[in-house]
Amino acid sequence: MNKTWNNKAWWMVLPVVLLVAFSAVIPLMTVVNYSVQDTFGNNQFFWAGLQWFEEIVNSERFHDALGRQFLFSGIILLIEIPLGIFIAMNMPKKGWSISVCLVLMSLPLLIPWNVVGTIWQIFGRVDIGLLGAAANKLGIDYNYTRDIGDAWFTVIIMDVWHWTSLVALLCYAGLQSIPEAYYQAARIDGASKWAIFRYIQLPKMRGVLLIAVLLRFMDSFMIYTEPFVVTGGGPGNATTFLSIDLVKMAIGQFDLGPAAAFSLVYFLIILLLSWVFYTIMTNLDKQER
Amino acid sequence: MNATMAKSSSPKRSRLTRQGVVMTLYLVFLLLPIYWLLNMSLKTNEEILSTFSLWPQDLTFKNYITIFTDPSWYSGYINSITYVLMNTVISITVALPAAYAFSRYRFLGDKHLFFWLLTNRMAPPAVFALPFFQLYSSVGLFDTHIGVALAHCLFNVPLAVWILEGFMSGVPKEIDETAYIDGYSFGRFFTRIFMPLIASGIGVTAFFCFMFSWVELLLARTLTSVAAKPIAATMTRTVSASGMDWGVLAAAGILTIIPGALVIWFVRNYIAKGFALGRV
Repeated sequence: MNKTWNNKAWWMVLPVVLLVAFSAVIPLMTVVNYSVQDTFGNNQFFWAGLQWFEEIVNSERFHDALGRQFLFSGIILLIEIPLGIFIAMNMPKKGWSISVCLVLMSLPLLIPWNVVGTIWQIFGRVDIGLLGAAANKLGIDYNYTRDIGDAWFTVIIMDVWHWTSLVALLCYAGLQSIPEAYYQAARIDGASKWAIFRYIQLPKMRGVLLIAVLLRFMDSFMIYTEPFVVTGGGPGNATTFLSIDLVKMAIGQFDLGPAAAFSLVYFLIILLLSWVFYTIMTNLDKQER
Repeated sequence: MNATMAKSSSPKRSRLTRQGVVMTLYLVFLLLPIYWLLNMSLKTNEEILSTFSLWPQDLTFKNYITIFTDPSWYSGYINSITYVLMNTVISITVALPAAYAFSRYRFLGDKHLFFWLLTNRMAPPAVFALPFFQLYSSVGLFDTHIGVALAHCLFNVPLAVWILEGFMSGVPKEIDETAYIDGYSFGRFFTRIFMPLIASGIGVTAFFCFMFSWVELLLARTLTSVAAKPIAATMTRTVSASGMDWGVLAAAGILTIIPGALVIWFVRNYIAKGFALGRV
């Protein structure tokens, strides 16, 4: 669409800018403020320079949490994206069953995140949970509060349970937008199922898939509530992801300076990654128009 | 012709059954944990801890009655719904004109502004928890509904702008121009003509604001203590305090699912479009 150049449009975006600035810029400046100061209590602060940043960037604790975070985000993307595509391709094409599938699939997306945690905390418990009890009946030694592997398994399957539907719904919407004529043409050409998928469906889903990857990557990168409720970051620090570690540091230990520096480094990583995704996305938009 | 019809219909039938199996398995996987919660919410604590059964042997609604009669429980629901509705109204009110500006005009710094809004959707709430607490305490918004509603605007307003912009870009610009030629003022055009055209988009946006405000806990818990405490925080605190009342906890969980399940029905055909920020 041709847009006209009009700087008066700023008046229309002003309320949004003010509101978001109040909630984003002021707190962010507070964080910046803390990150370069040190305190001995009594609200007396003095300049500490980049000391906290050096400490955080070089600390093993941060490296470990960051590593766990990338591992977690990587694993859930590798599971959820292919699984979501697979589910979307198997969704019914017509009839009342579409509505049923859409509603049931959306259900996990609307459950408060701590309730998601509670559901899986209960579900995985060896004494009262279906999953834990069934696994132990089958002779599998499963206990997510003690074993690191089991804790990771629980957190990952919880995330798959929670968010695969999102990927599937997006892909489904992408598939719906393919005109029937494309399939007819493919049938005339005698294209195999794989060829249809590779050359018709996948390219048509490219846009929504990118959004799905963006949303899942970003949201998994700031995951806090669900693993916190289920494992509390444990056993040990095995499932302490970046947000959990940050809250521990800021509110648990009240280390304002290091926590603020931690926040900023964390935020910068996210900013960089969202910029990359955003650039790819807008370029794709341009290509399609 | 008949031969090809038969050929193409027989693999179709086998695919249908495979589809059915895949979808059934997936839906069972989704519903099993929720069923287990429902199952527990209808049992007494003794039964939960002593016997292991796939359905309640001794059906009881005591857990639900506890929640509906104890103000410390049900006020949590009222608080949550209050700030969620406030947030939805605020977000849509400010996002409508902004989304219109982004979809119709180019102006100084528009692309940077749009990206800046996106970064707020992507900012980890954990980063903002502590400064929010201090900021909102210092301006007297701590432990108020409007305080939580404003804090949730951080991620809901950018989201609302994005979704609405997607929907608005689907409305041809000629409609605006025709209306102006016909002598409509901007305000009258916007409320009488434009808003009805994107009504479904507004509905979807409202749904998403509702949803993300409803599921968020970290900020809501940090910014409240008693007067505006959300149901989600009531749940976590009760768990740690009173030695695990599993039945009530499960019942509270089931009750938090219900509002979402109710609104989902109305927007089922637009959910994907909303998640794609209006870009399908």
